[in-house]
Amino acid sequence: MNKTVNQKAWFLVLPVLILVAFSAVIPLMTVVNYSVQDTFGNNQFFWAGLAWFDDMLHSDRMWNALGRQLMFSAIILAIEVPLGIFVALNMPKKGFWSSFCLVVMSLPLLIPWNVVGTIWQIFGRVDIGLLGYTLDALGIDYNYTQNTLHAWITVIVMDVWHWTSLIALLAYAGLRSIPDAYYQAAKIDQASRWAVFRFIELPKMAGVLMIAILLRFMDSFMIYTEPFVLTGGGPGNATTFLSIDLVKMALGQFDLGPAAAFSLMYFLVIMAISWVFYTVMTTLDKRDGK
Amino acid sequence: MAKITLDNLAHSYLPNPQKEDDFALKELNHDWVDGEAYALLGSSGCGKSTLLNIISGLLIPSQGRVLFDGKDVTTAPTADRNIAQVFQFPVVYDTMSVRENLAFPLKNRRMDTAEIKRRVQKVAAMIDMEAQLDHKARGLTADAKQKISLGRGMVREDVNALLFDEPLTVIDPHMKWELRTQLKKLHQDFGHTMIYVTHDQTEALTFADKVVVMYDGRVVQIGTPQELFERPAHTFVGYFIGSPGMNLFDAQIDGNTARVGDATVQLDGNYAATGKTQLGVRPEFIRLSSGGGGIPAKVTRVEDVGRHKIVRLDVAGTQINAVAGEGEAIPADTDRITFASGGVNVYADDWRITPRGTAA
Repeated sequence: MNKTVNQKAWFLVLPVLILVAFSAVIPLMTVVNYSVQDTFGNNQFFWAGLAWFDDMLHSDRMWNALGRQLMFSAIILAIEVPLGIFVALNMPKKGFWSSFCLVVMSLPLLIPWNVVGTIWQIFGRVDIGLLGYTLDALGIDYNYTQNTLHAWITVIVMDVWHWTSLIALLAYAGLRSIPDAYYQAAKIDQASRWAVFRFIELPKMAGVLMIAILLRFMDSFMIYTEPFVLTGGGPGNATTFLSIDLVKMALGQFDLGPAAAFSLMYFLVIMAISWVFYTVMTTLDKRDGK
Repeated sequence: MAKITLDNLAHSYLPNPQKEDDFALKELNHDWVDGEAYALLGSSGCGKSTLLNIISGLLIPSQGRVLFDGKDVTTAPTADRNIAQVFQFPVVYDTMSVRENLAFPLKNRRMDTAEIKRRVQKVAAMIDMEAQLDHKARGLTADAKQKISLGRGMVREDVNALLFDEPLTVIDPHMKWELRTQLKKLHQDFGHTMIYVTHDQTEALTFADKVVVMYDGRVVQIGTPQELFERPAHTFVGYFIGSPGMNLFDAQIDGNTARVGDATVQLDGNYAATGKTQLGVRPEFIRLSSGGGGIPAKVTRVEDVGRHKIVRLDVAGTQINAVAGEGEAIPADTDRITFASGGVNVYADDWRITPRGTAA
């Protein structure tokens, strides 16, 4: 086939290029720009090289925030994934109650992040919050604003409440796509409940679960609003995750250089982890296709 | 191995069946003799799979009982019935190798490892997959997967019955033949009771000792392939079995004669028929002639299908088929058909009736 060469076609791509440039490339380049410069105010900048990156890599503050962040993501994945699968396995298969469950479970997903934070902030208060008041009445000394452990538990329970539905819904979709014949064959083969899960349900859910885990990992790794509204990163720095710390540094202290270097490294970490996920998923697909 | 008795069995998918039409499977009494191979034949949606699932315990019938060797198992779970069933579409355990797939039903019964190994090897040879035993099952083609499903059904030697629910639908034609032969051989070697659901008459007739024909949720005839061919008990059997199916002529029956249009046909017995009466004649029993007695007919088309010719005729507006030998010439002046003796069955309201004074 002969290709028609027409350089004017580039004009068709132009709107997208401009849009992407203004929404992503230029802001990102601004950050890159800040990350290699220093200023003493007065809008005068001078070249700083990679000094900020070097600084950040040796900053306890950043490593601590990264540690908290990884721990948070690991904990919520370890709770939400098994819990979501468990919920999906026990949901009604069809009829009114199945639709009812789907709607009820979608509700937390529809609530804006800052509202979720506010809900739990009030819910956990000892004076007027249902949870805080009840725990207090039961004689448990619960105080998420003072106690690190309580703050962590509250943040994690909040995230589990907000996002387990997502995993459950995706897992449920995966489960529904399994033909009845598989369950019938398993009965004929006298497979135990565990074997049915291990050899039929789990392999058939693997694809959607990978997507669910990837989504939950990325979201939790970038989490900002909910813990910020709930604990403000406290007590102390106990729940200051990466993005909270980043905002504190960039907008609170106005340390633009270090914050820019920090956010670029943050960006690279997310890219790297997503790339690993993507590679694992595509090799799994290839193995399926073979 | 067991004799399976269906006692007053019926099933409806509705919670509260009122009339007969509500039943997917209409009332049925039948003994599946121990060690026989049955084919369950009928068009799609006639209740074949429902019946099979009731026998295997995947479905609890709305009424009646299922007995294995006289023991009531109507509500017993599948596991207690010790039955193997193979489904229409391949079911394999994706993450397991072919070997693990075949061993799975045995492992679940905590069988001895050496014994498992022996049986897996044997079944693998039967389905011709010895070379692929260590492959993962997920990458295989649809017919390889179905062979694994068949293998998992055959790997247990002590089953009460082996049920097949149209297992060869997804298999290549040449492989179909081979697998069916294997199944037959398996039946001869072990003498399992086998029930084989299909809508393909060739498959049914070649596989089974007895063919059970179902129509609209009802068993209309149980018989050997020869009985089904020569004495179809219901017009559906006549139509469904044979290629082309049996011809039906509207007729008035009067004792030992029948009037088809203006022509009179001599019958071989005295019939007392009421309702809608018809004569059923297989294409193999129709003779073409010109002039003389018989029913007026006009040849519309002759199709040569290789081993014989199919002659399409027009008889008073309805299409009739006749079969002529490959070497036989079809005379251009054919204007009459007659029936060969012994080839005429009489039907009243779609059910075959027998002459007075004879048993069925």
